[in-house]
Amino acid sequence: MLGSACPLLLDPLSLFFGITIFTLAIPTFIYSFGYLRGHYSLSKIWMGQILFVIFILSMLAVVTVGNAFAFLIVWEIMSLSSYFLVVFDSTNKKSIEAGTIYLVMTHIGTALLTIAFLLMYKHCGSFDFSVLHNALISLPERQKDIIFLLLLFGFGTKAGIVPLHIWLPYAHPQAPSHISSLMSGVMIKTALYGIIRFIILILGVNSLWWGELVIVLACISCLVGVIYALMEQDIKTLLAYSSVENIGIILLGIGSSMLFLKLGASTLAILAMTAGLYHLINHAVFKGLLFLGAGSIYNATGTRNIEKLGGLIKSMPWTAAYFLIGSMAISALPPINGFISEWLTLIMLFLGALTYTGGMKIFLCFTAAILALTGGLAAACFTKAFGITFLAQPRSARAQDAKESSLSMNIGMGILAFFCIALGLGAAYFIALISSVANFATGLNMAKINFSLNPFVVAPHPHIFLSPLLLSGILIIIAAFFTLGLRLFFGKAKVTIGPTWDCGYYKLTHRNEYTATGFSKPFRLAFSFFLFPFHKVQKIKESRYHIKSFAYETHTTKIFLEYFYKNFIAGIFGTGKYMRNIQAGSIHIYLGYICLTILLLLVFIGWF
Amino acid sequence: MPNALHFFFQVLVLFVCAPLLSGIITKIKNNLRFRRGPSIFQPYFNLLKYFSKDEVVSVHASWIFKITPYIVITSTTTALLMLPVLFYGRPLIFMGDFLVIIFLLSLGRFFLILAGLDPATTFGGMGSSREMFIASFVEPVAMLAIFAIALVAGSTNLQTIAQTSTINTSTIMASVALFLVALAETSRIPVDNQETHLELTMIHEAMLLEYSGRSLGLLELAAHLKQILFLGIISLVAFPAFVGIQFFILKILLLCLIMALTELSMAKMRLFRAVDFIAFAGILSIMAIIALALGV
Repeated sequence: MLGSACPLLLDPLSLFFGITIFTLAIPTFIYSFGYLRGHYSLSKIWMGQILFVIFILSMLAVVTVGNAFAFLIVWEIMSLSSYFLVVFDSTNKKSIEAGTIYLVMTHIGTALLTIAFLLMYKHCGSFDFSVLHNALISLPERQKDIIFLLLLFGFGTKAGIVPLHIWLPYAHPQAPSHISSLMSGVMIKTALYGIIRFIILILGVNSLWWGELVIVLACISCLVGVIYALMEQDIKTLLAYSSVENIGIILLGIGSSMLFLKLGASTLAILAMTAGLYHLINHAVFKGLLFLGAGSIYNATGTRNIEKLGGLIKSMPWTAAYFLIGSMAISALPPINGFISEWLTLIMLFLGALTYTGGMKIFLCFTAAILALTGGLAAACFTKAFGITFLAQPRSARAQDAKESSLSMNIGMGILAFFCIALGLGAAYFIALISSVANFATGLNMAKINFSLNPFVVAPHPHIFLSPLLLSGILIIIAAFFTLGLRLFFGKAKVTIGPTWDCGYYKLTHRNEYTATGFSKPFRLAFSFFLFPFHKVQKIKESRYHIKSFAYETHTTKIFLEYFYKNFIAGIFGTGKYMRNIQAGSIHIYLGYICLTILLLLVFIGWF
Repeated sequence: MPNALHFFFQVLVLFVCAPLLSGIITKIKNNLRFRRGPSIFQPYFNLLKYFSKDEVVSVHASWIFKITPYIVITSTTTALLMLPVLFYGRPLIFMGDFLVIIFLLSLGRFFLILAGLDPATTFGGMGSSREMFIASFVEPVAMLAIFAIALVAGSTNLQTIAQTSTINTSTIMASVALFLVALAETSRIPVDNQETHLELTMIHEAMLLEYSGRSLGLLELAAHLKQILFLGIISLVAFPAFVGIQFFILKILLLCLIMALTELSMAKMRLFRAVDFIAFAGILSIMAIIALALGV
């Protein structure tokens, strides 16, 4: 069944994902030494590091095995090792709860994948990728559609596409930060590897609606992810929601690639895949960096609630600088890497809209508008995250006493910050490399594909150029021009340090500052049709006339949890109650059940 | 064939003229209100005054606060450098395309919003929050309008757009949408009001409240540059027919007049109504694309 041996795949796609895993694994490993020390006992640290290595190896195995059965096994090892890392803080009740949600969701995904693989096996008689690919061509269309949906939702659970995203905001924040960084940075990407490998390469894109469905799911993930991230005050939960958004952006590239493949536009399909894969590695790097930054903040202050932070830029200057680079990258600001992949995705949608007419044109333009809206909201989210955490006055005593994190943590973050800048400035070079991976990943294997004019200029189209190196060069020249010019004409600026303007009020404290909740309030009101914000103001009165203090409570409603999963879980418990009735406790009846099951299975095999 | 020097000359001209436009708009507004108003050169005097004054920086502010004016002015100038209004040619073509202008402006805005939060004041945070709110809705609208324009021209390359754009239903609608975006981006009525410093209504000014001296001068200059940038883009797209420096001046003056008239004839909207205003611009750009898809 397993074939002669379990073949290892070392094609461009596997190599690309392998390199992405290593890019993040090494800095997080360096970081983990400083992070784990002091928090846990030595034996626990050892256990953590062993689990870490198993986790990394299983991820590498996932992207390199060439057999669907072996794939499921290593996929399961990856899920389990990450589960143990999520519940690493085993004394914390929240970790256990998060771990359980993660375990349930990931197994729903694995169950769907198992069904899909068994269906494929039934038709092909083998689990080997190459055999599967050749044999699946003759599969009837209806069955292909079913397998596609099973694979999409199976992998989608792991990737965290909306509405299967609910485990991310629980599991990612509870794991130790270097693990969250790996989970958000690369583990959820292995699901995208699965989508590319099994849907595009092995199954082959069969209908137009496959691509359209992926794009629509991607758009929903983008918007829902970023809106929830914007509402969040827990910095790691915020980052987890932002991962949902970025998975959406990557899937936008992959989905468009599927669409263009079916439409027969080969170059566009490769461009779309390039944009997706480039954003994938970019997201791995900057989200990894941001999670490590969040870990440093947690380590220094003991809280993840940004309402209790503030002013950290003075006590933790390095962490602040790294976090700023990560925030700039994720908000797609030039000339850092996130900007270029978002630009490439937009250009890809534009070129698609240029090629096609009618409904397809409008569809692609709408997608671009949603991507732009996501970009704007992501900028809002990360100005909030950075501004409230690092700027202004400390909002609590813990934030006041924060200390810069240890050297190994700074080295880990520094490497990733360097990657962010390098991936941005060297975009043309990296895009040339990634386009050859994309060429393979679309299964087209065209002879000549080039989206870079030379190692300095990105050119997704013969007339559209972007040179991040030239752009940053000019930015630096102009900045120098203004700084020196002003100094030359008007002399050195005389700066006086003074108090903040307080409108004649006697003293401004941290209580006068804007909060994260306040910052996101306009958005909460604008999206109230989706967020259902809840407000409660309670006046605590000293006497009838004098109000001593206010208690104010506001939170948003998570509609997927509230209206779908809650009913779903209630349904399961309800069914369980009825199932109890057939358990009479008599061994004869149980033997009867076994007989009946075998009979049903025989009938099943006979029919199908 | 123009070379890089021509482009720097062009940027210098736009740079020098930028404050004048704000002066002209203020003058038109005042004259229509039967007031005399300040001279059209007043923005220059203001800038000179700011540049030669001392600065006061809040104790709570960090280096973000200090570098922000430079980042804002740099990103805006770079965006201006990419705009082919007087010359068309290849030298700076590799720098980026139309979409990059939007990204460059968001670079400046990102830092400005952080700088608003930096000095630990309520006004700054209020301004930052509101500016971000407006900006995140303006951005997709601008993107859609640019898409419509670029789809007509067949490329997002600014040189191509400048050379090949034609007037049809979709470019007209997209230009109107861009004009509404420009009103929001340059913080004019009905989205914001440059003239007021009333706590409850200001958006852009609230972020700059803690700035003084040279930094304030740079930020004001950046605002003038952003205005000429948007007017330049609209003149490029909406009236592509007449090329040359004299026509460019005419087009820009006409747009200034329209801007002044819009400001005079409308009242400032409250924050959540401003979203409707931007949504209107969004619908215009969607219609521009639908018109294009239908081949109208």
